[in-house]
Amino acid sequence: MKRRGLLRRAGALPLSGKIGLALVCFWIVAAIAGPWLAPYSPGAFVSEEVFAGASGLFWFGSDFLGRDVLSRLLVGARFTVGLSAVAVAIAASIGTGLALTAAVGPRWLDELLARGMDTLISIPAKIFALVLVAAFGSSLLLLTLIVAVTYVPGNFRIARSLAVGLARLDYVEVARARGEGRLHIALVEMLPNMIRPLFADIGLRFVFIVLLLSGLSFLGLGLQPPDADLGSLVRENVSGLAEGALAILAPAVAIASLTVGVNLLIDAATQGGVK
Amino acid sequence: MSERPHVEARGLSVTVRGPGGAPLRIVDDVSFAVPKGEVLALIGESGSGKTTIALALMGYGRGGAVIGGDIRVGDARLDRQGDASLAAQRGHRITYVAQSAAAAFNPSRRVIDQVIEPALIHRTATPPAARARAIDLFRALALPQPETIGSRYPHELSGGQLQRLMAAMALITKPDLVIFDEPTTALDVTTQVEVLQAFRKVVREEGATGVYVSHDLAVVAQMADHILVLNRGQVREQNAVHAILEAPADDYTRTLMAAAHPVVATHVAPARAADPLLAIDGVFAGYGPVDKAGRPANPVLSNASLTIGRGAAVGVIGESGSGKSTVARVVAGLLAPTAGTVSLDGTPLAPTVAGRTREQLRRVQIVFQNADVALNPAHSVGEILGRVLRFYHGLRGPDAARRVAKLLDLIRLPAGVADRHCAELSGGQKQRVNLARALAADPDIILCDEVTSALDTVVRGAILDLLAELRRDLGVAYLFISHDIATVKALCDDIVVLYKGTRVESGDCASYAAAPFHPYTDLLISSVPEMRTDWLADESARAVTPFAHLGEQPDLCRFLPRCPAAIPGLCDSMVPPLRPMAAGNSILCHRTEGQLTH
Repeated sequence: MKRRGLLRRAGALPLSGKIGLALVCFWIVAAIAGPWLAPYSPGAFVSEEVFAGASGLFWFGSDFLGRDVLSRLLVGARFTVGLSAVAVAIAASIGTGLALTAAVGPRWLDELLARGMDTLISIPAKIFALVLVAAFGSSLLLLTLIVAVTYVPGNFRIARSLAVGLARLDYVEVARARGEGRLHIALVEMLPNMIRPLFADIGLRFVFIVLLLSGLSFLGLGLQPPDADLGSLVRENVSGLAEGALAILAPAVAIASLTVGVNLLIDAATQGGVK
Repeated sequence: MSERPHVEARGLSVTVRGPGGAPLRIVDDVSFAVPKGEVLALIGESGSGKTTIALALMGYGRGGAVIGGDIRVGDARLDRQGDASLAAQRGHRITYVAQSAAAAFNPSRRVIDQVIEPALIHRTATPPAARARAIDLFRALALPQPETIGSRYPHELSGGQLQRLMAAMALITKPDLVIFDEPTTALDVTTQVEVLQAFRKVVREEGATGVYVSHDLAVVAQMADHILVLNRGQVREQNAVHAILEAPADDYTRTLMAAAHPVVATHVAPARAADPLLAIDGVFAGYGPVDKAGRPANPVLSNASLTIGRGAAVGVIGESGSGKSTVARVVAGLLAPTAGTVSLDGTPLAPTVAGRTREQLRRVQIVFQNADVALNPAHSVGEILGRVLRFYHGLRGPDAARRVAKLLDLIRLPAGVADRHCAELSGGQKQRVNLARALAADPDIILCDEVTSALDTVVRGAILDLLAELRRDLGVAYLFISHDIATVKALCDDIVVLYKGTRVESGDCASYAAAPFHPYTDLLISSVPEMRTDWLADESARAVTPFAHLGEQPDLCRFLPRCPAAIPGLCDSMVPPLRPMAAGNSILCHRTEGQLTH
């Protein structure tokens, strides 16, 4: 029944939402099945020509070393989508968890957490990430953690304002008068009513993370070769920019379509009254 | 009456898109006419389409509703006009007074600028002329300091004053039609009288034509010349006020009239146990710093005491701000009293929930006014009730399911409701579930905080009946909080009257049938509109209060600034004593029984 409901909801989305949903689904499939779909090994030098145009053999041409762009794109998508998804999941769990703690906890704890998060949020995300990567070097795990920590305060703020609003509602008061523990009030009474706006926030944050990761990779501080995400694909082919090579256009368009798709879907899902 | 009435609607229908996308007619073939200078009342329960019709008269359909039929106001046809010409009508030829004036005023602008805005937008007057007319209207509406009141901001005015200011805004352009949409529903009874008086006077003086939307027949009887009774978007009865009040022709009208005076069929013999179940003794509660005697800087409750016997029902009445809800919150342990004790069966309860045992919590349950926010929208009815059963009784699985079905049966809802979410239920059904959640704990006492206030009169009667039955069958006691004395009288054995957190009168229900009353109780009882058209005229002969200029002083009688029976030299210098009366009630007043009976 739930699945039918989901399908019907998808059908009720406005056109922009459907386009967004299609783009998001496409990238999820690419991230999961990319390595099997890729026609060549992403590291293999398969073309004689560098920055070749589109052809039957190489749909998106070849890159600056003569590797197949499509294969590298499909494999790179896994890093971009996967890393961002893991990072946003960590950020949202920590942020929302702390927000609920602040909402049901004593006043001093709320103040402490809120001020702590204010401090964190005042550090620009990119600079924070740059400093940490510069200090500790770049690894997949570290990158994920840095990006996650960067986005905890934003999620915390949204979730806390939602939770504080809910905490004043009568049904939470009733639960409190019943003698329910704080954990029950936070997880059973409050969290389910925060999910919708939180998902909108998580979607937006996912987009920011994709852009931050791509930006870091473009600066050479993100994923290190031989691994490559969409951002590093743009960077490594930057010498082809002058000749308008497909090798730099394709990953740039890929990043754009992923972020625009997520945005369209969120907008449609939160405004169109689709629960 | 001329051939062409001033305002006319013929075959009016309003259609919205139903849940399945199919057209749903919420107003069906409604026709009426209002002659110039008269007031037509639209009356019905919520969902009867009365507000929808009122809005359709302005050519406005909420949420894309489609309006069909002919509507004529003055010389203007509203049914076949474009948005531009509708905009020229609205706020100029047709104006609107909304239910909540507090929400209708812009908090950041002075009220006079907002009141004259329609005249300026439609260029019916120059700014000085509009101001002069506004001040005349303020005077006609009996607003204090009519010359200067306009320079205040909305937050500096009371709800009743804002409602009258909104009427001034509606009348400033000398409109063809004024629509009053439940303008006094959100006000206290004592304020409602003042506002109704002002409205009646100004409508007569201005010769305004009006449509008055309300669910309250008694209110409408004071304002209208004709009444149109609506039910589910259809006209049930349409006649002059006298005719409807004296000889209602339709069954539905009779139901509405009967519901205005709730009578509970189930009678429960008041239990008089020797030791009380719940005792509240000398409770102070409020906000701000607390002094050595345990009195907060801004007290909401001062020295409140009452006792409830096992299986008894005690009513607490008062206006908004009287601290009546705070009593329930203190008893439930949601707000810690700064002084005084609450005890259950002689055992003092801890000030807050955290210090009470689960068994103590189980025995005292609270039910809030607004079931829309008192039930978690994320959970189904079964989950909401099941949680209470698991929490207090450790019931799970099939045992819990059986008990949920039993509870639903107790509150007269089908067992299938357990799987539904609260959003799918009606207002009355939600309030029943709200009640069932308290019952699930098997409590000794239920604190009912305005549980019938948000409901229609007919539904209110059903809930009151249910409460009385539950009391008879389960022996549960109630602390019943309400602003409506008729509701409290119908259900309770004892009644306590609170004014600004102080108990001014207490006694059994019968002692509230006739004087002597505390002057405030007298004001409360006499402010409830009666179902006859001349009631408001009688009411206007009200005594002037000698101490109206005085501010409120915590060490004197709190009611002093509003009291018409205050004694100079005594009331403004000494705290009044608690006087026992012959009828068994006690009254906090300097006046003696003989003087209060007058």
